[in-house]
Amino acid sequence: MNTQEHAISHVHRDDIASRMGMWLFLFTELLLFGGMFFLYAVYRYMNAEAFHIAAKELNTLIGCFNTAILLTSSLTMALSIIAIQKDNRKLSIFFQLLTIVFALGFMINKYFEWTTKIHHGIFPGADVLLSRDSGEILFFGLYYVMTGLHGLHVIIGAVLIGVMTRLTAKGIINKDSFVKLEAAGLYWHLVDIIWIFLFPLFYLIT
Amino acid sequence: MHKDETHQHMHSYGIFILVWLGLLTLTGLTVAVAGINFGALTIATALTIAAIKSYLVLSIFMHLRIEQKVFRIFLVVALFFFIISIVLLFSDYSFK
Repeated sequence: MNTQEHAISHVHRDDIASRMGMWLFLFTELLLFGGMFFLYAVYRYMNAEAFHIAAKELNTLIGCFNTAILLTSSLTMALSIIAIQKDNRKLSIFFQLLTIVFALGFMINKYFEWTTKIHHGIFPGADVLLSRDSGEILFFGLYYVMTGLHGLHVIIGAVLIGVMTRLTAKGIINKDSFVKLEAAGLYWHLVDIIWIFLFPLFYLIT
Repeated sequence: MHKDETHQHMHSYGIFILVWLGLLTLTGLTVAVAGINFGALTIATALTIAAIKSYLVLSIFMHLRIEQKVFRIFLVVALFFFIISIVLLFSDYSFK
């Protein structure tokens, strides 16, 4: 990393500011998801019983599996940055591709999870769901919005990492300049942290 | 502009694997204790474990431990206002 800082004397670049910019963006993400967590907290407080009943219908096994996938993808992302720091471009690309594979795995699980729910008539506006207690309707509404927005972040993250892989292959991201990869990594880890909270709040409140 | 002290302790592969194992263990723990009913403490336990996991991700995976101090200050300020918001929200709803 030291060489990265020294490069500033040759090329006008400020990696610390770049990372700080990324962090500031992540704080706006905190506001976006934070608002939804507030909503969840208040509705759960007012409909505790219904939330417990509704949560029983979520597949804890898929939830656990997806948690493990996402945590592992965070690991491979972090390792890809170490690899590029150690000037091992091929290993870095391998780890980045592995991260994308995990992201796809997560989304495939999510797809099966959602389609099963929709098949059972549990989706916003469905008659089956609307005939239930209002607390359960709220639970599933929040479930779809929050895991949906999170899923969208997973897709954006995977695309972003894909772009980074291309830049690494081209040599634009290299041992001396990898702040772009770091920023993509920060985004990916944020997605992981959000899931760390979503998982117990939706899957484990039975 | 020498910032040698900032990244002096570049992480090795080992610590990441270790943190990853820790995160998986904590996930197992949170699933295991979810079945036990601690009453009001159940949600507190789940959130505490989630907070520990987030701390690990933030400090190691997101390099906050080896970043400049100003990054940590930023995060603390952001979280401070986040917590203030939720405390005020619940102080409102609890007395309705």
